[in-house]
Amino acid sequence: MSQSPYLRRESAGTLASSVRLAGRTSPIRCHLFTTDHRAIGRLYLWLALLSVAIGTILSLLMRLHLTWPERVLPFHGPVLPEDYLALVTIHGTLMLFFVLTTAPQSGFGNLILPSQIGARRMAFPLINAVSFWVIAAALVVLLSSTFVPGGSPISGWTAYPPLSAVPSAGPGQGTGIDLWLASIALFAIGSTMSSINQLVTVVRMRCEGMTWGRLPLTVWAWITASMLSILAFSVLLAALLLLFCDRHLATSFYLPVGDVVNGTLRAAGSHNGSPLLWLHLFWFFGHPEVYIAILPGMGLTSMILGNFSRRRVFAYRTMITTTLLIGFLGILVWGHHMFVAGLNPFAGTAFSISTIAIAIPAAAKVLSWLATIWRSRPSYTTAFLFSLGFVSLFITGGLSGPILAQPILDQYLHNTFFVVAHFHLIMAMAGIFGLFSATYYWFPLLANRTLHEGLGRIHFVGSLLGAYATFLPMHLTGLAGEPRHYAQLTSIPNAAGDLLARTLPLNRGITWAAFFLAGTQLVFLANLLLTLWRGPRSSPNPWDATTLEWHPNLSESDFGLLPVVYREPSQYAYQNGEARALPQWIDPALLPSAPSTSGDRGVS
Amino acid sequence: MPATYTPSKPDLDKSRLHDNDNGAGRRPPTDKRTGGGGEGDNWQSRPQGQRGPRERLGRYRMGLFFALAGDLMFFIAIVSVFFVARTTGHFDAYNRYINEWLPTAIPPVLWLNTAVLLLSSVTMELARRRMFHEPDVMEEWFGLGRPISRRSAPWVAATLCLGLLFLAGQALAWKQLAMQRVFFASNPSSHFFYLITYTHAIHLFLGIGGLMLALWGLYASRQLETRQILVDCAAWYWHSMGVFWVFLFLLLAYFQ
Ligand code: HEM
Ligand SMILES: [Cu+2]
Repeated sequence: MSQSPYLRRESAGTLASSVRLAGRTSPIRCHLFTTDHRAIGRLYLWLALLSVAIGTILSLLMRLHLTWPERVLPFHGPVLPEDYLALVTIHGTLMLFFVLTTAPQSGFGNLILPSQIGARRMAFPLINAVSFWVIAAALVVLLSSTFVPGGSPISGWTAYPPLSAVPSAGPGQGTGIDLWLASIALFAIGSTMSSINQLVTVVRMRCEGMTWGRLPLTVWAWITASMLSILAFSVLLAALLLLFCDRHLATSFYLPVGDVVNGTLRAAGSHNGSPLLWLHLFWFFGHPEVYIAILPGMGLTSMILGNFSRRRVFAYRTMITTTLLIGFLGILVWGHHMFVAGLNPFAGTAFSISTIAIAIPAAAKVLSWLATIWRSRPSYTTAFLFSLGFVSLFITGGLSGPILAQPILDQYLHNTFFVVAHFHLIMAMAGIFGLFSATYYWFPLLANRTLHEGLGRIHFVGSLLGAYATFLPMHLTGLAGEPRHYAQLTSIPNAAGDLLARTLPLNRGITWAAFFLAGTQLVFLANLLLTLWRGPRSSPNPWDATTLEWHPNLSESDFGLLPVVYREPSQYAYQNGEARALPQWIDPALLPSAPSTSGDRGVS
Repeated sequence: MPATYTPSKPDLDKSRLHDNDNGAGRRPPTDKRTGGGGEGDNWQSRPQGQRGPRERLGRYRMGLFFALAGDLMFFIAIVSVFFVARTTGHFDAYNRYINEWLPTAIPPVLWLNTAVLLLSSVTMELARRRMFHEPDVMEEWFGLGRPISRRSAPWVAATLCLGLLFLAGQALAWKQLAMQRVFFASNPSSHFFYLITYTHAIHLFLGIGGLMLALWGLYASRQLETRQILVDCAAWYWHSMGVFWVFLFLLLAYFQ
């Protein structure tokens, strides 16, 4: 099936027929050890789906424990503080790395990116396959870390030293965190390889006429995220290496002098390090990482809003620039995670300024999204709705960003649920909405079928309500002082205990909302399975889209010649108030008459 | 039945898919620069399906350069930590400022190693240039033997030997330090000495693997293009490791 990855009508492209095929030819060879980018992309999506399912269950367990701490889990017994922290850690690591990094960047990146630029395949198919397997191995290692003696890692997705650097520091700081380190190192290597592949593909394999200015914004987002990956994951790898040395080779890069762990003064070796060093290295990676997670969603939102409102994307060139600018500024803001960590106050101010500066390109994006749909008459498909939801969540979550970016305010808000609310709205929920949007939009390309729109709408409304009901109140509990990473809010014996106890009613509401949000996803799963089983076949270009992945017969046209691109994406000709799509691949000479097209020609 | 051969669709597909365009039959890239358009190799202006073999070489090179950019960030991170650690101190129980950093004496053999590594870069560059030497490429293209492999392989082999010599020299340096009882855990500065030399040595091991692959390719691969890619990428990687080493070595020698 590696022969012609493009064929949507043939078995190569469709998920449904892969299932059928599996009975006949050697399925392992064909679908697991494949170098076909579409098959690999689908593997990434399955991996992300598995991770998101596990991650969601873990988060529900967290909520259950926070609200009803005395409850005993079946097959487990009482939930100890370290169990709660283990849930936080595995949940965060799964969601951020294995869902929000793999699915938009590598999953849809593989499935869609080559066709969007008119390439037949990725630049390095073998490396592509290897990077998937490295990442799959990383997932296995991460999940296995829960079952080792000493318990699951409990350091959160940020693994702050000194506790993470001292194996004897407590439960989970032994083999558990070693496996966590190994998993993240593997993940970093796999992601770097896949990013290199993606970058070279875009630079080298664009089809004729696909100039930089005509690349869809999704592609711009993918390559910006790829550049960030290459820069950031390498630094993370160095940081992980140093942490490993601290743990096993008696160094003290992150261990300060006079470090007292569990009541014992650590004396072995020289102690001249500082946990602050880890924070610098980690967040130099960590902040770009959160943009890697969201950039593809931003690009897709622009394209989908344009497509369904039959408008060209407002300020297309500027949107390219803001994508790159967000990527660039994203490298300069890491210190905003460290305001209360003992950072030099002047550095704090500098990071505060650069952080607020990043709100400018972000706001430009929001303006472009709004301007694109302003007074248009869009068709409210599920994909479009989820993109609208993305915009909404991005605004809501983005508003708390500049608040957190004030060092003074962050003194109070850091490590409270306010931050949890911020990043769940702007990253987790917006990212997931972007993924849903992508799924509904591109499903005809993945499986040759369209997902059910009615179920999709129920899914959308439920998810939007659930997302807001879950994460908006967290601002309030955070402002009331609820800290992150606390296993228990009740039976704390002092004034702080009273304070926390007062957030309990709200917390109970959050938990119910979380269950509602998770329950709504069952509608999506049902939709997915029903559609795969007996959904309606889709027409070649069901959304009347303009980008190249929807070219009706890429493989067959001109005896397999690659298509030629003539204009920017989302161009429309307006005749009698009707917008007619001008796909990128239609030769202007073949257009019946070219009255008021807004296409750009002659630009190379 | 007419005797003409009508190409079937798959045939046409095949000849035009750049997937299958492995450069066979087209003139492989050479070092000849005519500088103008109209050059037989002027692939950039052609649509993708008809691009020449140089494209494949360029693709691999570019992939390698992105990988090296990531690698550079890795070393930059470690070097930044080096400077942070060197200048970090703490106050002890008597409120005295303590900086535990004691510079690690550089074993003199490292100078020799550096020279060996630089020399190996020279031999590697000779091997790389050989791969694109125009008369040889043309000769091979016409099917007159395999002069490219014949002329390049000795230089690759020489690089391989010099690389192994460098690693042996590094091992010697570690041994000398160990005899002076300077170990990885001894002092902040020794952490870095070992960290930097070890990580660089691991990179060189990968490079040696690349050289062996290239050497094997020179004998086993029938396509000149593939051989050119193998040697070219191995060479750029090797040069980069040489440059990285020069900087890292200067750091260890003069900035401790
Ligand atoms: C307007 C732009 C933004 C600003 C000004 C901003 C500001 C901040 C600040 C100051 C913090 C640190 C809060 C603390 O730990 O005390 C923070 C945390 C965070 N932000 Fe943002 N942010 C913005 C956009 C985003 C975006 C677009 C994402 C992801 C897509 C994101 C994801 C996160 C995450 C994941 C954290 C918490 C990390 C952790 O501690 O685990 N932020 N943000
Ligand atoms: Cu950040």
